[in-house]
Amino acid sequence: MADHITLQVTRYRPEQEAEPSVQEYEVPLRKDWAVLDGLNHVKDHLDGTLSYRWSCRMGICGSCGMTVNGEPKLTCATFLSDYAPGPVRVEPLRNFPVIRDLVVEIGDFMRKLVKVKPWIVREEERPLSAGEYLQTPAEMDEYKQFSMCINCMLCYSACPVYGLDPHFIGPAAIALAQRYNLDSRDQGSAERLDVLSEHDGVWGCTFVGECTRACPKDVDPAGAIQRYKVTAAMEAVKSFLMPRGAR
Amino acid sequence: MSGYTEFHPRWYRQRMSTWWWLRRRSYLVFILRELSSVFVAWSVIYLLLLVNAVRLGDDRYREFLDWSARPWPLVLNVVSLAFVVFHAVTWLNLTPQAVAVRLRGKRVPRAWIAASTYLGWVVVSAFVLWLLVGA
Amino acid sequence: MTASHDVVIVGGGGAGLRAAIAIAETNPRLSVAIVSKVYPMRSHTVSAEGGAAAVIAPDDSLDEHANDTVSGGDWLCDQDAVEAFVNEAPQELLRLEHWGCPWSRQPDGHIAVRAFGGMKKRRTWFAADKTGFHMLHTLFQTSLQHEHVVRYDEWFVTKLLVDDGRVRGVVAIELMTGRIETITANAVILCTGGCGRVYPFTTNANIKTGDGMALAYRAGAPLKDMEFVQYHPTGLPFTGILITEAARAEGGWLLNKDGYRYLQDYDLGVPEPTPVLKSMELGPRDRLSQAFVHEVEKGRTVETPYGQVVHLDLRHLGAAVINTKLPFVRELCLDYEKIDPVREMIPVRPVVHYMMGGVHTDLDGATGLDGLYAAGEVACVSINGANRLGSNSLPELLVFGARAGKAAAEYASSPSDPSPAVLAQAREETQRLERELLNQTGGREPISTIRTEMQDTMEENVGIYRAGDSLGKAASRIRELQERFRSAAIEDHSRTFNTQLTAALELACMLDVAEGIVHCASARAESRGAHQRTDFPARDDQRFLAHSLIYRDPDGPPRVEYLPVTITRWPPGERIYGR
Repeated sequence: MADHITLQVTRYRPEQEAEPSVQEYEVPLRKDWAVLDGLNHVKDHLDGTLSYRWSCRMGICGSCGMTVNGEPKLTCATFLSDYAPGPVRVEPLRNFPVIRDLVVEIGDFMRKLVKVKPWIVREEERPLSAGEYLQTPAEMDEYKQFSMCINCMLCYSACPVYGLDPHFIGPAAIALAQRYNLDSRDQGSAERLDVLSEHDGVWGCTFVGECTRACPKDVDPAGAIQRYKVTAAMEAVKSFLMPRGAR
Repeated sequence: MSGYTEFHPRWYRQRMSTWWWLRRRSYLVFILRELSSVFVAWSVIYLLLLVNAVRLGDDRYREFLDWSARPWPLVLNVVSLAFVVFHAVTWLNLTPQAVAVRLRGKRVPRAWIAASTYLGWVVVSAFVLWLLVGA
Repeated sequence: MTASHDVVIVGGGGAGLRAAIAIAETNPRLSVAIVSKVYPMRSHTVSAEGGAAAVIAPDDSLDEHANDTVSGGDWLCDQDAVEAFVNEAPQELLRLEHWGCPWSRQPDGHIAVRAFGGMKKRRTWFAADKTGFHMLHTLFQTSLQHEHVVRYDEWFVTKLLVDDGRVRGVVAIELMTGRIETITANAVILCTGGCGRVYPFTTNANIKTGDGMALAYRAGAPLKDMEFVQYHPTGLPFTGILITEAARAEGGWLLNKDGYRYLQDYDLGVPEPTPVLKSMELGPRDRLSQAFVHEVEKGRTVETPYGQVVHLDLRHLGAAVINTKLPFVRELCLDYEKIDPVREMIPVRPVVHYMMGGVHTDLDGATGLDGLYAAGEVACVSINGANRLGSNSLPELLVFGARAGKAAAEYASSPSDPSPAVLAQAREETQRLERELLNQTGGREPISTIRTEMQDTMEENVGIYRAGDSLGKAASRIRELQERFRSAAIEDHSRTFNTQLTAALELACMLDVAEGIVHCASARAESRGAHQRTDFPARDDQRFLAHSLIYRDPDGPPRVEYLPVTITRWPPGERIYGR
């Protein structure tokens, strides 16, 4: 294995340029190094002006999502040796506005997150003195997978619908809504129905399936969305056959 | 004053190419799958035309069959068959992702759900074939 | 430009979010803001794996949890704080369950608890092996319900504004645009976490740079017990990624190069095939890390390109147990070591993990400055004493986050307007930032060089074992690095998401914190818990049953004083494990 590899990194300095450009850096190719280690080498030793987000470097905080050779990846969990001999193209996550270099703007997602009411909704709060809500391991399995989302947004980056129409509420938001809908302790499905069954809600999804492929935590947002389409369709039928008063 | 700056003029908006769907195999397969609906629609129209020709009597029926054997309608129908099969296969393969079935507490494996849809397809096709040929 | 709130919380992790929810629920009329340099779901709480301890089993008692904690802390814990903590922890974890936290369950649906290091009974609640992740996301998502809590995401607080001994707000930079704002407040709560990045090899994320500790220290509030740095016994070599204590709680063994369970040589018990509470691999973290150092000295550890390691053996647990109880551990080993723990042993070594020390607070999070509160790892109440038991820090976030929130809210209910002096301070800070950092040219040394030298100095001289003369060397080294920092090169003059600027700000914080650690370690002439002096190997309750308080002196070395530990019901004794 060669001992160096070239990173072709997108740069964008809004005060200096109107369009992004590409800058090449040569970094050591060590078998344990992730793409993130390469970027850190650039920042520490070659070019201190490169900006990017990172934190935990163990694939749990969701900060370091970028586009590596055209695919949305967590750079802390993507290894340089898999791209040898290189070069490796490192770009900001697609489908988001770029603030600077490899840093994208995720405010849109943060606002959508609130819209799906991602918290336990109860008609009546259980007092602490009554102890925990009982939830069997089988009941937890119903939503467990959807609770694993680290909000890394690789799914939004992979989704062509979101790329073409940023109003689409998106995979992670729907998966999170499902996480609560399917939680036996929650009673808020009806409240989430309105937001999710909008035109830009689940019905915006055309089941491309790329979100599930991109997800580093096996959340399967595509599955969450399609299952919700079934739920939403049944609710529509029910409300047609049995108007609200009768139910 | 909130902490969210909702818009800034200097953010760079990455543009999505018109040919985005050529960039990945999975995107291309998706677009073809969507395109196949056109051919599914054509198959339905063709079936309606066929039924209509039967209704109008022997002569019209034979004319219809002759027309169907001409090059363009034939090619169109062959291509449609390919797309309809593609449509069916891709959708049946995706069904397990949309359906979570639990049996005795454990999730039914995806392969079984897909297999059961294929089985259904085979059973219905066998029945239709029997109607056309056997009965 | 100025904004104003009743309470400003710096840091959006477990403690910060819990404080915000506490205020929103008890005093909804108060204006609360969370100012965090990262989006809240990126906070380091997310990486915690093992679990959160609280008494719920019928055969367990609050006294036993307290006793385990106090002895685990080598009697440096304030026992009134520990009693409050063990009393409130169960309610807090239950409250989190009501908010949706997916605690792992027993077959009948009740919450499951597991064993953990240093605990005599099973009392650690857990959410598979991603407890911190689930807790943080539950807290964050629950906080979204309270729409009036304002968040300043990706804003870096650079200074606390103090007027007449009272904290009146903060100065912060919006990272996206580089604009510098003054946010005035009637109370400020620091929830910025620890400072593992002061060391080269740590489980901690990049963001753990001791910002809040430095802010308080510079503002005149004392830091407490800074010499107590916890080394977690099992981190992956090279990355330092944490392999949770839960792996040992489920039955993992620590083996040296001869395949021998070496902990039995260090008064930690007798090896049994299944885990015995408070014995062997379930001993306290400081003793396990110290045992590793001795094994290295005896030449019984395994040599790797990334240093000496021992092996964590999980093979005998079987794939079923590993996949249900330790799935994340398996994922981490496969991704980062290319090793499957079901079939192979995991190479591990001690790695800096947690700061027992921090900003000195009382039981309600109040610090030495009026209007300034602190909770979580940034604070030192102290419930962890000289060594923290695993699974005590997650409930600590909730218990003291809530307490600090309520105390700050009460304090902020009697507001007063900021004086012109405060606004002048803010202007000065803005000018300083622009002059020294943003517009600075002619710096010579890369930030990374100074940072690496600081980290190496700390690891060499202020590691698991320390000695007086090397601590003295470290102190002058840190002083020198602080000088060299003044001419650190900042080539990025952009106002847009300037991460070289944040790296510089963080390095300045780390150097201040490092100074605190070194001086406290130098002053404490005894060995206790995680602070081990080769020149003073015994515990000295006569002179040192007290917390070190360190005060910054802008003109010279910091001043260390001592504050006696609060003892209520557990007089100092011997720490017994495995017997």
